[in-house]
Amino acid sequence: MSTPENAPETNGVVPDAPPPAVDESVDLPEPEAHVSVGEKLLEMRDVTLRFGGVTALNGVDFAINRGEILGLIGPNGAGKTTCFNVMTGVYQPTDGEVWFDGKKLGRRKKYQITRLGIARTFQNIRLFPEMSALENVMVGADARHKTSVPGAVFRLSPRHFREEKDGRDRAMELLQFVGIADQAHSSARNLPYGYQRRLEIARALATEPTLLCLDEPAAGFNPAEKAELMDLIRAIRDQGYTVLLIEHDMRLVMGVTDRIVVLEFGKKIAEGTPAEVRDNPAVIAAYLGVPEEEPTDVA
Amino acid sequence: MTQDTLAPPAPTTGSPLLRVADAIADRRSAAMGSFRSRFGRLPTPARYVPAAILLIVLVLLPVWDKNLRSSTGSGIPVIGTPNTSFSGVLFLVGAFALCAIGLNVVVGFAGLLDLGYVGFYAVGAYTVSVFGSPSSDLATAYPWLICVPIGIAIAMVAGVILGGPTLRLRGDYLAIVTLGFGEIVRLAAVNTSWLGNRSGISNIPKPPGEKADGSKLFGVVDITPFYWLILAFIIVILVLISNLERSRVGRAWLAIREDEDAAELMGVPTFRFKLWAFAIGAAVGGISGGIFASRQGFINPDTFDVLTSILFLAAVVIGGSGNKFGVILGAVIVVYVPERLRGFDESLFGAWFVVLIVALLVALISQRKKLLSSTARAIATIVGGLLGFVVAVSVGTQLHSIVTDVGTDNPTRLLVGALVLVAIAGIVLTRLIGLASGDGPKAVALFLGAFVTVLLGAIAPYVFDEIGDGVQALRYFAFGIALIVMSVFRPQGLLPNRRRATELADRKKEVAAGVNA
Amino acid sequence: MDFSALFDNFGQLTATGFTQGAIYALVALGYTLVYGVLRLINFAHSEVFVTGTFAAILTLRLVGVGADEAVPSVAIVIAVILAAMVAAMAASGATALVVERIAYRPLRKRNAPPLVFLISAIGASIAISEAFGVFYSRDNVPVGNLIEPSTQFELFGASITNQMILVVVAAFGVMILLDTIINRTRLGRGIRAVAMDPDAAALMGVNKDRVIAWTFVLGGLMAGVAAVLYNLQFGVTKFNAGFLLGLKAFTAAVLGGIGNLRGALLGGLLLGLVENWGQAVIGSQWRDVIAFVFLILVLMFRPTGLLGESLGRARA
Repeated sequence: MSTPENAPETNGVVPDAPPPAVDESVDLPEPEAHVSVGEKLLEMRDVTLRFGGVTALNGVDFAINRGEILGLIGPNGAGKTTCFNVMTGVYQPTDGEVWFDGKKLGRRKKYQITRLGIARTFQNIRLFPEMSALENVMVGADARHKTSVPGAVFRLSPRHFREEKDGRDRAMELLQFVGIADQAHSSARNLPYGYQRRLEIARALATEPTLLCLDEPAAGFNPAEKAELMDLIRAIRDQGYTVLLIEHDMRLVMGVTDRIVVLEFGKKIAEGTPAEVRDNPAVIAAYLGVPEEEPTDVA
Repeated sequence: MTQDTLAPPAPTTGSPLLRVADAIADRRSAAMGSFRSRFGRLPTPARYVPAAILLIVLVLLPVWDKNLRSSTGSGIPVIGTPNTSFSGVLFLVGAFALCAIGLNVVVGFAGLLDLGYVGFYAVGAYTVSVFGSPSSDLATAYPWLICVPIGIAIAMVAGVILGGPTLRLRGDYLAIVTLGFGEIVRLAAVNTSWLGNRSGISNIPKPPGEKADGSKLFGVVDITPFYWLILAFIIVILVLISNLERSRVGRAWLAIREDEDAAELMGVPTFRFKLWAFAIGAAVGGISGGIFASRQGFINPDTFDVLTSILFLAAVVIGGSGNKFGVILGAVIVVYVPERLRGFDESLFGAWFVVLIVALLVALISQRKKLLSSTARAIATIVGGLLGFVVAVSVGTQLHSIVTDVGTDNPTRLLVGALVLVAIAGIVLTRLIGLASGDGPKAVALFLGAFVTVLLGAIAPYVFDEIGDGVQALRYFAFGIALIVMSVFRPQGLLPNRRRATELADRKKEVAAGVNA
Repeated sequence: MDFSALFDNFGQLTATGFTQGAIYALVALGYTLVYGVLRLINFAHSEVFVTGTFAAILTLRLVGVGADEAVPSVAIVIAVILAAMVAAMAASGATALVVERIAYRPLRKRNAPPLVFLISAIGASIAISEAFGVFYSRDNVPVGNLIEPSTQFELFGASITNQMILVVVAAFGVMILLDTIINRTRLGRGIRAVAMDPDAAALMGVNKDRVIAWTFVLGGLMAGVAAVLYNLQFGVTKFNAGFLLGLKAFTAAVLGGIGNLRGALLGGLLLGLVENWGQAVIGSQWRDVIAFVFLILVLMFRPTGLLGESLGRARA
């Protein structure tokens, strides 16, 4: 019995196996969007989010251009994941609007937003643990499918078979793309930690997004794995996807992103190229702290 | 080889009971897994052979019983039901199995706990009755073939009506709300005059069809055609639900069960699929209720109480939530076993014996890994176990005859005597099995099993004489105990869903590793 | 629909509803306490309550009061009721403890999914109630004459009986006591700590297992008091009496916001009132349906109840 080590949920123990390699020969479907490359794909327009007395986001305003890799950084509790949650419909903004691909997200449901073309991964991995890796990705692919109970129950609709085959093929391709096709039939729970991270990315890609949001995809990775992950993120962008990346590892963020947005206490404090952000005094203060002026005005 | 194959006990647990449970569960799931994988590698036609044989046996069972009854006076030995109509019991098992299959869609696949499933069963039954019975308030009495589809449709609508507002609730709230729904349906039937109030509705139509001699195929005396009818429905529904299971719908259900929020964020319209699960479950319950009503010919609200709901759930859980065939086995246990034991007589001990042997075999099958690795030890276990159980049964029988002789003159003395004997038997058994297998926890488990068995054997006659209602009286009590025991020892059910089994095993490992503790 | 019945008897209906609501609230506290610390519905709590009703009746039988027509003197009645209450509290508390040990703790140790907890609890619930049904009686068990209900005074057209006063005063007294225990004692601090964050509480030296066991016992003691008051109010118990009462008490707990002690009180009283007003309008045979429909409606519009979920503070 060669049961893979059961991966803990947090603070990943790095598996012994070498990190899986990206298979760049795989061609993913061209993402579709109304806006063209370089234009604003997603816009946060002055978004504010309050929980009771706590202001999680305070007038956050930035845009992601189609085709770029945008980094979203900031100290712990700055509101990065909250931003993701607003973009993907988990929270409704108290104030302000989110626009995606020329449409206002408004009160769209989470699954409708996914179908519009925003896909995400989670900071603490949230796979479907008892489903196989392949099935996990197929659930993502199903976002583009239409077969429901009437089509599936009697097995009469040709669409059902077409979609099953399409879903399976595409899921396999994606697993190959992120480099974990050898574990397609293992249950997600039993995959090594690094594989689980990649599986989340494959599952998100399966929904055929235009914008892929990665929430700390390198958490718990060693340098070699981080390098592989950077390759993967670049490969995803090269296939035409737009990537939004939350990450703590500065080297990784600086190395892979085109632009960076910095949040602190729910506010945007800087935006620009990696070089600009690196030299921005506000950012340095946010990360290292400024002794003489303590931020006292925030709850 | 014995000690290191035992599951590592969780560091936080000191209870020997729990260690036994862990050890048993681990081995069973391991054995089950290897069997499954080996079976799965067989070529496809070979996999259908056992199913086909089983189906033929199932179809022929009542015929065989009838022939035996007319020739020898008693039905099929051991499995037949001497005190009640065998085909009637088989039909009831079928009706419950159908409900378990439907409920399994809701509970096993989509992970929604529905404690009011009997409500849909009742809606199906009452719809067929109201539309079909000439004595109902409805002017026209529609034929059976029209009533049943109406019943299915209305049950489905009931599922949507209940699910619409409540499926957004969290799991445990949903459980209570559905429980309330089941009770509302029953109370509504009790309080509504056109549903017959407490006396119910009679003259419910039966399916059409005539025998060669012109008499009705679906009669009152011979239940066999009804049994075949429900068997046919079970097969059709199983096929349809397997279709769903292996489709986008089934994946969506599993995803919802695993992580509802993540599923929604991956584009699964969770509410819609939960509603589908509810509606499908309700429809299947409606079919079962409709056929049940036409077999009975009359219904009243008492049939549809909450305990019936609990029995449906017990069938699903005991059989193995998420596994279509497991839940059928669960229905057999829930319905057949008490019916088999109905009417307390000497043959009861024969039945007890059969149950014990089966239990022993199951226990042994679950130890197959060990059997293969050390034949000598296996033989010792078998012999030791068999001896132990023979002792247990004979002690029980002995007590039974003592009780019968003494009557109920001095129940206290009787009970004390019984307990002393049980304790002696238990010590002997533990020694015996412990020596044979050298396996402490297992010996304790077997001892506990034997203890309970002998205890029940000893007090059963007393209890049953007092109540005069046979084993039926104890069945809910027994199910209550069984549910606890199942939850503690084998939460994945007798025939678990493969995934569910690994999930539960992994949760244990997480505890052992200190994650999530 | 007959609203005149409601308006004609509004005062009396309100008084009765308030009294029954107090009993619901007491049982609801047990659900809420356990839910607060374990995040699970103690399905067997209704049977913890039933055990109390039987223990109380057996105590009365043992003392020999209530069997005949004669109504004993006030002092004896009070002494007997106190004895019955002690017995009921002991029985219910012990039952709650046993349920926790047998049906919950093994599952907690292995981190079982919530569904398994619920099923185990359902098993315990059936087993206990059937044990009374099989080994004692499946019929109604009368309490016997203990208190002759007599009107003490009139309030807004409602006759307030001595029985009502006893029930309400006892219920509120016990609830105040519980509130004090939760807010003022070391045990209460432990319970609140475990409710907020079990792991952090354990790291801070709180004995989680003991706190959880005590939570069950506290809920059981409340149920024991409720059991005696129920006996007095309804004069009868049955092996399955817990089912309906438990469902309603749970409804009350959810209504107020499960996990919230004061919510349980509010929910219980509200449910008692709604039920009694409602049955005046649409007929007493629909009484139980009113409770369930009310539950569904409340959950639809306020999924976390009227006061929100919190034992101490809601968890994020």
